[in-house]
Amino acid sequence: MTGFMNLLGIWLSALFTLSIFSFLYKDNPFYKFAEQVFVGLSAAYWLVNIIYSIMIPNLFSKLITDFSGNLILLIPAALGLMMLMRLHPATQWISRYPIAIMIGTTAGISMLRYMKSDILNQVTATMINPFAAETTGGVIGNLLLIIGTLCGVYFFYFSKKQEGIYAAPSKLGIWFLMISFGATFGYTVMARISLLIGRLEFLLGDWLHLI
Amino acid sequence: MKISAGLERRLIYSILFIAVALPLLIPIGWKTDISGYTQIAYDLVEHAPEGTIALISFDYDPSTMTEMQPMAEAQIEHAFKRNQRVIATALWPMGVQMAEEAFGKVLLDYPDKKYGVDYVNLGYKVGGMVTIQAMGRDLREVYPTDQGGTPYEDIPMLNEVRRLKDIGWISSLSSGTPGLKEWVMVARDAYGVPVTGGCTAISAPGFFPYVNEQRQLYGLLGGLKAASEYESLLGRIGSATTKMDAQSVAHMLILVFISIGNVKVYITRRRKAQ
Repeated sequence: MTGFMNLLGIWLSALFTLSIFSFLYKDNPFYKFAEQVFVGLSAAYWLVNIIYSIMIPNLFSKLITDFSGNLILLIPAALGLMMLMRLHPATQWISRYPIAIMIGTTAGISMLRYMKSDILNQVTATMINPFAAETTGGVIGNLLLIIGTLCGVYFFYFSKKQEGIYAAPSKLGIWFLMISFGATFGYTVMARISLLIGRLEFLLGDWLHLI
Repeated sequence: MKISAGLERRLIYSILFIAVALPLLIPIGWKTDISGYTQIAYDLVEHAPEGTIALISFDYDPSTMTEMQPMAEAQIEHAFKRNQRVIATALWPMGVQMAEEAFGKVLLDYPDKKYGVDYVNLGYKVGGMVTIQAMGRDLREVYPTDQGGTPYEDIPMLNEVRRLKDIGWISSLSSGTPGLKEWVMVARDAYGVPVTGGCTAISAPGFFPYVNEQRQLYGLLGGLKAASEYESLLGRIGSATTKMDAQSVAHMLILVFISIGNVKVYITRRRKAQ
């Protein structure tokens, strides 16, 4: 039975992969069917996942096994129920409170972390002696890092009209930005081709047994 | 002969399809150079002492497993090779299955490694950054049991681990949020634990700035190429290495397409100007 189910799974997977690929030719019923099944399955999967991986272990199990020791969990449970009030127009306003708490908490937690990791540490990482590197390549890299950062940030400085001598760092900043966009595009191509490789490996290997 | 835009598009897809399929059927065996980012990530594991307890967080799902799974297998293998122990966690629900699959594959070559002694799968936890913060205080509070329901206290290798600071190195294999960024922000920047990781190629440029003088990240595995580089450093031909032939052929083909497109635009503009 397991063998049959595995085989069925592989054939279904191949069918859906080919159905999705068929969109490259033109929009068609096979593509639409695969797309709708994917949306429906994803929604169902997430619902089941939330119940079994989040609600039961983090709330229900704890309350059932030790109710008095986990009284604090009633607060998030109540906030969760308040969030569900959004479904009914007359009680929709109640959901604003849990949303407000969520936004406030997330902003509070994230602000400190982002400030340290994305601003302070990143700025500190550019405060280096460029000539301390052991190789010529390292020195050039360090210089590019400092010049690129300064010019890139300057490009987004809008309080003074960028003309004449003031436009030079901005123009250099554009070059750095363009090169980074090019690198990002290259990496995007690599990621997309990887997805295609993954699917073709499945079709040629697991399905057709050619590799 | 004039080809319509629709036909041209289909022709490009067909050629690309064949160009990717052929190297999978007939491998070429091209070699790739090791990048600095991969070398740093490798060195972190290589230089960690024997017996180190490492944590690998599986923050991805099957949609990106082509890129991520080879990295996971390579890092687990590297840790086992160096006699280090591995804790698997997941900030993504399907990361648990990805971890099981990766361990299953590596264990074929390391049959003597025992669950609970050399590796453990603590499973999925919701919460992202908040969860990592809680792990920094008390790991047992976040994971009272492992994935199979065994209590934390009954797992031998976890007796030495109370919080994140007891962990030698952390690797987040991440294809989105929550993932590598959260590990850098909390585990590295708040608790000072060395963090390395891997991500899909598409997110790699966003993570490179964290590999800096501050050592926010110890190297980075960006996409399939980095996975194949890691396999090369381990001295084996893995799944990433075999896929890199197809990747390289596709890249060359895209370069040709871009060049042809540019020439075509140039000629069209010149004709219009005349």
